[in-house]
Amino acid sequence: MSQILVEELSKTYRIAEREAGTLGALKGLFRRRWRTVEALDRVSFRVAEGELVGLIGPNGAGKSTTIKILSGILEPTSGRCEVGGLVPWRQRQRHVARIGVVFGQRTQLWWDLPVREGFDLLRDIYRVPPDRYARVRDELVALLRLERLLAQPVRQLSLGQRMRCEIAAALLHEPPLIFLDEPTIGLDAPSKLAVREFVGQLNKTRGVTVILTTHDMHDIEALAERVIVIGAGKILADGPFEALRAGALAERRLFVDFDGEAPELTGPDVRVIARQGRQLELAFDPARIAAPALIARIVAAHPVDDIHVEEPPIEEVIARFYDLHGAGEA
Amino acid sequence: MSALAPYLAVFAGRFQLVLQYRAAAAAGFATQLWFGVIRVLIFAAFYAGAARAPMSLGNAITYTWLSQAFLTFLPWGADPDVAAMVRTGAVAYERVRPVDTYAWWYARALAWSAARVAPRAAMLVVFAGVVLPLVGLGAWGLSPPATPMAAALFAVSALGMALLSASVTLMINTIVVATMTDRGANVLTQSFVNLLSGLILPFAFFPDAARPWLRAQPLAGLVDLPFSIYFGAISGWGAAGAIALQFGWTAALILAGRAWLGAAMKRLQVQGG
Repeated sequence: MSQILVEELSKTYRIAEREAGTLGALKGLFRRRWRTVEALDRVSFRVAEGELVGLIGPNGAGKSTTIKILSGILEPTSGRCEVGGLVPWRQRQRHVARIGVVFGQRTQLWWDLPVREGFDLLRDIYRVPPDRYARVRDELVALLRLERLLAQPVRQLSLGQRMRCEIAAALLHEPPLIFLDEPTIGLDAPSKLAVREFVGQLNKTRGVTVILTTHDMHDIEALAERVIVIGAGKILADGPFEALRAGALAERRLFVDFDGEAPELTGPDVRVIARQGRQLELAFDPARIAAPALIARIVAAHPVDDIHVEEPPIEEVIARFYDLHGAGEA
Repeated sequence: MSALAPYLAVFAGRFQLVLQYRAAAAAGFATQLWFGVIRVLIFAAFYAGAARAPMSLGNAITYTWLSQAFLTFLPWGADPDVAAMVRTGAVAYERVRPVDTYAWWYARALAWSAARVAPRAAMLVVFAGVVLPLVGLGAWGLSPPATPMAAALFAVSALGMALLSASVTLMINTIVVATMTDRGANVLTQSFVNLLSGLILPFAFFPDAARPWLRAQPLAGLVDLPFSIYFGAISGWGAAGAIALQFGWTAALILAGRAWLGAAMKRLQVQGG
């Protein structure tokens, strides 16, 4: 059964515009010009229980709008949406009691309160029975290594520490579904890894459904089996990441270290991307020439020290995908 | 777990937190004391030259000290935390809580004003009601309530002040949600509250024709009505009527405010991200 059902969902905003300069500002006093922006344009998808879905797209594509509608914060202009059988914005209080939400750019814990008291407040807000609360909190504290942070006021935490606390805060009432809106934004590498590992575990071992938006494609690569790409308010792709890669940028990279100066290499099926001393970075399309054939050809013609094949960086795949669909930020 | 648990928790949490701001309380006390002295001196100068006055100098002085003591009970603007949340977009988190946003913010507003009033009022009452009489300046100090009955009615009316004030704060919060900024709403509110609560000048000093209207409008319950009950200018059925008016306006503002906040939330735009 689908846990999330979205059909033909649209959301339009009206934005007041004014002409540049003082004259424009004065004109705006008398007559406002309004522009309608389609943040979401007839979007449809379903998510089953226990899925981990990555929602990606350029800035302003409609990812956050989607999350805000699904979490009951915004009301869509038209379309249908049910989460666990409830309409988020109509049955808001019942709906939000069963979800957890983390907005990476904002904080939900009280700035001046120690983390522990912020958690206690959430226990009262979600009406979690005290014994269950104590059990869940202690588990989360152990998993996210928060022992030393509990007594500190939130404002004294580093971003990485705070984000671990924010994630724990969103899970104290054991929601079966969580929305993570850019949970790794601004984090250093170890914190990112910790967050990724925890989210993956949560999904695998507890069966919690996770909807994740991010601009860090490594989050997607590490976590999401299914990716929904949103651009300019429309769904551009929905499927495993590998399918996206095949459609956007099928080429592979070949790194060759030559024994001596790197030679000029040409051919209809291969292209030099970078040259660095003795190393060449080559791009080739595996549909036109298989990797072993290309390697054999190079090794036969030149003395070679080392050779390895890589897939192009995931950022490039995504950037290429956005380009192909004209989905860059307006 | 009781259905009220979230609201009690946010009230307690905010009350305890705001109570920690000792420096703010001390500074507030000093400021309100200073302006109290000036207002008392202005009244004294006025009474020295007046042929007849609508209330005794003693009552005018008591009115002044009371209004200084309870100054932070008044709805001077939007809840600063709510204004900050609207500005930063953190208001989104308020909407993913399984609570009624109006009741939730009402509990916050109540805790905020109560926690600010408690230390300031205690210090000012001790100063104007105990210290001044002890040093022989009792004529310039805060007199006790007119009668035990007046004291009891004032206690009820003071609770009414707090509830009414929070309902006005919630109206201003709603303007902030609708307009995305607290500046305009705060400036507008401050001029209305100063004039229509009776803070600047007790209604007794207004023309006879204006007084019934001034006493009947909602903001009268913030200053003029409760303090008039305190020194017995309004008593008996008059006091009961004044309290009924206070609570009636509070109920009306809560009902209208809750509906309005709901409508504003439907059009909510979340800033950033």
